[in-house]
Amino acid sequence: MPESVTVFVNDRAVTVPVGATVAVAVMISEGVCRTSVSGEPRAPLCGMGTCFECRVEINEVSHLRSCQILCEPQMKIRVRG
Amino acid sequence: MTVSVDVLIVGAGIVGAACAWELAKARLRVAIVDQSFPAAGATGAAMGHIVVMDDSQAQFALTRYSQTLWEELLEDLPASIEFDLCGTIWVAADEEELAEVRRKAAYYRERGVRTEILDSRALQEAEPSLRAPLAGGLLVPGDSVVYPPAAAAYFLERAAALGATLHAGKSVTKLGEGSACLEDGTIFHAGKLINACGQLAPKLTPGIPVKPRKGHLVITDRYPGMVRHQLVEMGYLKSAHSVTSDSVAFNVQPRKTAQLLIGSSRQYDVAHDKVEPEILSRMLKRAFEYVPKLSTLSGIRVWTGFRPATPDKLPLIGPWLEDPTLYLATGHEGLGITTSLATARLISAQILDTVPAISMDPYLPSRNMAAEIHA
Amino acid sequence: MDNTVHLRFEIVVIGGGPAGIAAAVAASQSGNSVALIDDNPRLGGQIWRGGASPSQPSVATHWFNQLENTKVRHIGGARVIHADGGFLEAETGREIFAIRHNKLILATGARELFLPFPGWTLPNVMGAGGLQALVKSGLPIKGKRVVVAGTGPLLLAVAAYLIDRGAKVVCICEQASSSSLAAFAFQVLMFPGKIVDAVSLLYKCRALKHLTNCWVVAAIGKNSLESVTISENGRTREIPCDYFAYGYHLVPNTELAQMLGCQLREGFVQTDEFQRTSQPGIYCAGEPTGIGGMELSVIEGSIAGHAAANSGDVAQKLFPARARYRKLAEAMKKAFRLRPELATLAKPDTLLCRCEDIPFERVRTCESWKAAKLHSRCGMGPCQGRICGAAAHFLFGWNIESTRPPVFPARCASLAAISSSVEVQPSHGGSQ
Repeated sequence: MPESVTVFVNDRAVTVPVGATVAVAVMISEGVCRTSVSGEPRAPLCGMGTCFECRVEINEVSHLRSCQILCEPQMKIRVRG
Repeated sequence: MTVSVDVLIVGAGIVGAACAWELAKARLRVAIVDQSFPAAGATGAAMGHIVVMDDSQAQFALTRYSQTLWEELLEDLPASIEFDLCGTIWVAADEEELAEVRRKAAYYRERGVRTEILDSRALQEAEPSLRAPLAGGLLVPGDSVVYPPAAAAYFLERAAALGATLHAGKSVTKLGEGSACLEDGTIFHAGKLINACGQLAPKLTPGIPVKPRKGHLVITDRYPGMVRHQLVEMGYLKSAHSVTSDSVAFNVQPRKTAQLLIGSSRQYDVAHDKVEPEILSRMLKRAFEYVPKLSTLSGIRVWTGFRPATPDKLPLIGPWLEDPTLYLATGHEGLGITTSLATARLISAQILDTVPAISMDPYLPSRNMAAEIHA
Repeated sequence: MDNTVHLRFEIVVIGGGPAGIAAAVAASQSGNSVALIDDNPRLGGQIWRGGASPSQPSVATHWFNQLENTKVRHIGGARVIHADGGFLEAETGREIFAIRHNKLILATGARELFLPFPGWTLPNVMGAGGLQALVKSGLPIKGKRVVVAGTGPLLLAVAAYLIDRGAKVVCICEQASSSSLAAFAFQVLMFPGKIVDAVSLLYKCRALKHLTNCWVVAAIGKNSLESVTISENGRTREIPCDYFAYGYHLVPNTELAQMLGCQLREGFVQTDEFQRTSQPGIYCAGEPTGIGGMELSVIEGSIAGHAAANSGDVAQKLFPARARYRKLAEAMKKAFRLRPELATLAKPDTLLCRCEDIPFERVRTCESWKAAKLHSRCGMGPCQGRICGAAAHFLFGWNIESTRPPVFPARCASLAAISSSVEVQPSHGGSQ
């Protein structure tokens, strides 16, 4: 059973422990999840799927709440600057 | 308490607000009363599409005139109104609808409205997210989109700057014969009264031929560039024409925020404002037929609203037969946002006894209307 | 197009935290078909986040094991977007679940109350539970400086957890006074189990400063958090840190209950002694009925589960324990009441709505929540007012109740699949 999983955040490989969420992979790699409507950098606030600050694009589907999604091998995650 | 004004308007939706501004410009003392806060009715639920329509000469005249009035305001509109000159594309799914497109193009061309006929390929290029192949479409670049509550608020602000007073959160219990009685005991005496209460107009003035026509809308999260114009199926008019109790039609709007507004539906005889799963489902599935990707987008809110509909699909703008002090400015169905400014000009001309820019006859409440046929 | 899976259960529990797990276990005792729907990839809600594992507290492990020994069908990663008299719809990443049920138990938990202050939108400013959730989900915290702030025993628990993970917790800023804390501590003495917990937490936190009459007034940083400014007994000072974790009480997740027409009282779902709501066949347990902590959630969940399974006599045996924990919850509410200064932290340009970037001043001038939504756009973003609405309620006293669907944003395909008349084959329950 693998102990770690590798995903891609903005084309950069990020390795995290199995069971880590996409939000964690994104924070480790970019330190930010999204840009707000007025241009501010944003990151998770609530950690439980209610604040929507952790929205990222995963495998070409946007606006996914990354704090509630486990990293799966080869996931392509996009964070817009 | 008794207050004397020149004009008392009931209803602070976009129509009432536009009337207030126009009349305040003419230096009349104007008061507007609303049972809730401004734009809490159909204006708050509306799509905000500013569009020329060709359903009848009268409808064309009103929408076209009003659209030019919006254009005149452009420079001064605040950013909150989110004005966007995105244009409309009327989408033809088949050859029959494409023939309709050509007829519509000719009609507009004869009347000086700029249009461009798009063939199948040009349609695809203009809107890549549309299912292909479709027969084609009609681009009307002069149509636009606004955020209606902000527009109503702006008109009210301009009216207030000219001395008009807003009385929000106050219900009117009696309206007529030069006075309006409020629930809290206040009485307004006014030379002229205007009922601009939308679907609630008949409650204050029994007998007005206005019936509520329920609509559903969905708004998505932000998807920049997915849709560039307001997209409406040519069959839309079939839906607006429909005599059956409920109908849906494809109608999608890109907002300046990059959110998509998905409509539209029409139902008669439904009094409650709850979202109805069956009609919502039909409406969305119709939309997916045109823009398949819509099904994958995140829908963040669903709501309903009631359009005020009349038997002949034209609004009621003018004096109410039985009471010379009372004017109606209601019954705009799905064109209230577009025609709010023209309505205000017509009402103003009537009250000040001047000549309006277009004929007021087709919209007079005294006109001959086929009584029971709400088509 | 999405797959729609049609299922039918006797009893459905929504929410896989302590209340939901206890309810599902209890409900399954009399052989009913039971489903437990949760929107996280693993069970446990917030406080037992991460599912069964060696690092969980023993009480969590006990309950995970109990659940394992039942035939409860766990539907994970599924968010309920619509519910209506005996039918509900939930969405996963790929499917839509259309589920018919006879009884429904709502165990939807609570979220944190976020009060806006200058700089609160900076990356690495998080809820206390929020940072804990992220660390539990794999965020490295070793060696990072953390300031924990807010109010209530949760702060101690979060600080202790972070210290266990190697974080440098600089201090705990508690907005309540030391006399309030002392009064509460006295109440805790009635609960032997909690005394052990408390002593253990206090020991873990022995090295860090526990400041009272203290709250954060600003977060400072360019692209992410660099320091916070705290006010302690009227004097302010700046503390450099990597993370700021703050918790000002919990807001019950009552949206689904509201959509179902359940009566609320003072913002919480009204329930009777068997955890029944005002709607027939619908029960509610845990934080949505009143914030009360893990033990109370487990008790209420068990009562609801037994009651839904028509074992009222078993449920009744738990009434005394529920009463005792409710008293503790009352004491906690009193001791950690939020001080009025917290409503004055936001400056005119401090954002109130983070989804739409609407500043405090723009919202404050509106006359009601409804007017604010329409005219300022506050609350019209994807969080559907969950964050800003709760703040607006505290700041302006507005009623923020609303029942508009969908309960959560959902794919348009899922919205199109909502229907109240669905053909369903009975399910055999059990796991997939």
